[in-house]
Amino acid sequence: MSEKLLEAKGVSKTFPGVRALSNVDFALGRGEIHGLMGENGAGKSTLIKAITGVFPRDEGDIFLDGEVIHPHSPMDAEALGISTVYQEVNLLPNLSVAENLIIGRQPMKRGCIDWKTINNDAIKILQKFDINIDVTELLGSYSIAIQQMVAIARALELDSKLLILDEPTSSLNLDEVQKLFIQMRRLKEEGQSIIFVTHFLDQVFEITDKITVLRNGEYVGEYNTADLTKLDLISKLMGKALDELKEFEHIAENKVDEDAEALLCTDGSGKAGYLNPFNIYINKGDVVGLAGLLGSGRSEIANMLFGIVKPDKGSMSIRNKKIKISSPAQALKNHIALCPEDRKNEGIIAGLSVKENIVLALQVKQGWLKNINTRKQNELARKYIDMLDIKTPSVDQAIENLSGGNQQKVIVARWLATNPELLIVDEPTRGIDVGAKTEIQKLIVQLAQDGMGVLFISSEIEEVVRCSNRVYVLQERSVVGELAGSDIDEHKIMHTIAGKGE
Amino acid sequence: MLKGKQIPKIIWPLLALAAILLFNLLFTDHFFRITIRDGHLFGSLIDILRRCAPTMIMAIAMTYVIATGGIDISVGSVLAISGSIASLVVWGGSTNYLAGDDEAIYAAVGLIILIPLLASLALGAFNGLMVSVVGLQPFIATLILMTAGRGIAQLLTGGKVLNFSHAGFEFVGRGYFLGIPFPFILAMLVLLLGLAITKLTPMGLYIQAVGGNRSASQYSGINTKFVILFVYIFSGFAAGLAGLVMTADITGADAGFMGLYMELDAILAVVIGGTPMEGGKYNLKGTVVGVLIIQTLTTTILTRGVPPEYTTIVKAIVVLAVLIIQSRKVRELIEHRTMIRAAKEAESV
Repeated sequence: MSEKLLEAKGVSKTFPGVRALSNVDFALGRGEIHGLMGENGAGKSTLIKAITGVFPRDEGDIFLDGEVIHPHSPMDAEALGISTVYQEVNLLPNLSVAENLIIGRQPMKRGCIDWKTINNDAIKILQKFDINIDVTELLGSYSIAIQQMVAIARALELDSKLLILDEPTSSLNLDEVQKLFIQMRRLKEEGQSIIFVTHFLDQVFEITDKITVLRNGEYVGEYNTADLTKLDLISKLMGKALDELKEFEHIAENKVDEDAEALLCTDGSGKAGYLNPFNIYINKGDVVGLAGLLGSGRSEIANMLFGIVKPDKGSMSIRNKKIKISSPAQALKNHIALCPEDRKNEGIIAGLSVKENIVLALQVKQGWLKNINTRKQNELARKYIDMLDIKTPSVDQAIENLSGGNQQKVIVARWLATNPELLIVDEPTRGIDVGAKTEIQKLIVQLAQDGMGVLFISSEIEEVVRCSNRVYVLQERSVVGELAGSDIDEHKIMHTIAGKGE
Repeated sequence: MLKGKQIPKIIWPLLALAAILLFNLLFTDHFFRITIRDGHLFGSLIDILRRCAPTMIMAIAMTYVIATGGIDISVGSVLAISGSIASLVVWGGSTNYLAGDDEAIYAAVGLIILIPLLASLALGAFNGLMVSVVGLQPFIATLILMTAGRGIAQLLTGGKVLNFSHAGFEFVGRGYFLGIPFPFILAMLVLLLGLAITKLTPMGLYIQAVGGNRSASQYSGINTKFVILFVYIFSGFAAGLAGLVMTADITGADAGFMGLYMELDAILAVVIGGTPMEGGKYNLKGTVVGVLIIQTLTTTILTRGVPPEYTTIVKAIVVLAVLIIQSRKVRELIEHRTMIRAAKEAESV
């Protein structure tokens, strides 16, 4: 019997255009709760999916109990003794709670399914979590949190060697998280090994023995939880050693021009349950960074300024004039542009060509009567293809055939074409290679120097530091700090994010 | 580098149409004969143009609906409602026309056309609101009107078949203009209307954008609800117009059977024409060819005297063949082969 329950060595996985995992190691001891951490796109899910057989790995080996495994599907993995709870509940909402808990191993009695035993078993399983619900009701009739708990209970009941919890707590409240942790500790005492994937720093420090950090698809390191401070972990997640941070080169002009013309200013804008009231201002020529962890409210600010979500309190003014923005079309008319976070779902329109993707927002801005004809479309597209160095065989190429970085440039072009005064970019460099990344950063700074105001949102703090001349720091859906000029460095930002606890 | 010679997609439905025509050229006597009688063109081909008009009118609008990622299965019922209202208007709103004084109450052509069209626009708007504002799935939203609509039509006509004779209105379904059947001219006008809206305004771009990625379209500032509302209103209008053509042609409205299953022919024509059901792209020319394929096939089967019980089966087989040729897998195979051949030729030069 090998010392480690699960070992991954040199695992790599490439998707078209993206190297999602590159030579990643991972080792899980017996009876250990092991946190797997990383920013978005770091490769956590990819590693989990390689272990659970959602897709095959390209390179490397995965050993379970010292033997190489090649699961071809999650069912395969379950047969090997690996059971997984995913972030999104993947049970059957159209079946009863009891059926969901027992499905696949129903007890039989005289050739019939023994419903009485099923329901009693289900009640017992859930009582461990202090959940007292009618197990004969449909799963879908309960809240997401209850459904998630049922999913966890089901996975814990399966007699498995390895339990993987992939961000199971995002829909649970504190009380429910504690109940889950009690069960996890009980299982650990029984010798169960658990991989726990989460974004929540507090939780990972509370429950795990060890932490493995991934970044940009690469293995950063494995640490004993007890040896790490919160700040250490943040710096490892973000990818800069603490002492290195100060040396990082600014490309932004490090001064704040007090006389610059005001562009946008919010006065207590917010929406209950979405974003706490916040006050920010952006002047002409500013690159204002928004820094904060995932879920801290970065994109929420962008969505609110752009009219995707309407605020229910506070006010907002543009060029010192009070204004209400209740739709993206209205934002466009006020010369605001938003390059959204989720390129695939909110950015590119897959069926359309590069040129159609570029002209779309400008067409909306011009209205129904001023149709941009094909000649003009071609001109515009060529202009931005040259300006942003977009690599495409022609303006008529379908956008889905471009690489991620070039798709991103097309979306940036879509918004530049509208000639905005305020450009909001949400994760403009996520998932694209280093070269394209630097180009986009430089472009953003250049645009600000030409007089545009830019709101720059990124989960990579170094990028925020590099490009911004002012930074707002967000935590738990509130703006908790502001840094300006030479005060901006990663260390200070991280301290603000980590809060006063450190 | 090899320059990708893309075969235009329209080629496949055109080939299918050509094959059916070739079959007729070889095996069906007089299929291509066109004569002039009373200054009008006559013949099988002309008959095809005349008979395909109602389906073509609906299929053109259906193309836009499908391009937004939707579907409108209520058009057959909307057609029946429109036809029933038209017959009612002819009779001045009375279903008791058999009782006697039928001469006096004939209405003006303008009214007979206008009232059903307004009703159809309203029905289309109902579908559009259900899909865009209420957020029902298009299939379900239009299923409501598909089932309820036929009932409404039968209620309107009091369960009777409303026959009439009205020289002015009959022209819509039976007339000729410059020797060409008037219904086909109407279909071409609908085609032009569709082209005008989608080419002269950004609507065509928006329809594809909404069908391709509704969320991204919204982020781009497009009023996605309005775009969706529009395509269903246009579809309702087209179904209403098709109902007028059919009612004027058969000089009566049989609410229970008019336009029954025609939504399926319209959808089929769109698909044969190469518009993908998942939306985001459309091929209007393809739809026109698709309608011609279906009608040519039907006319061929009828003129060849195939027993009626076989007609649907023969139709299904041919349609299946067309769809298989068009399927992405088969097409990729063919394009792959031509690319390899081209590459080999390029090497040998």
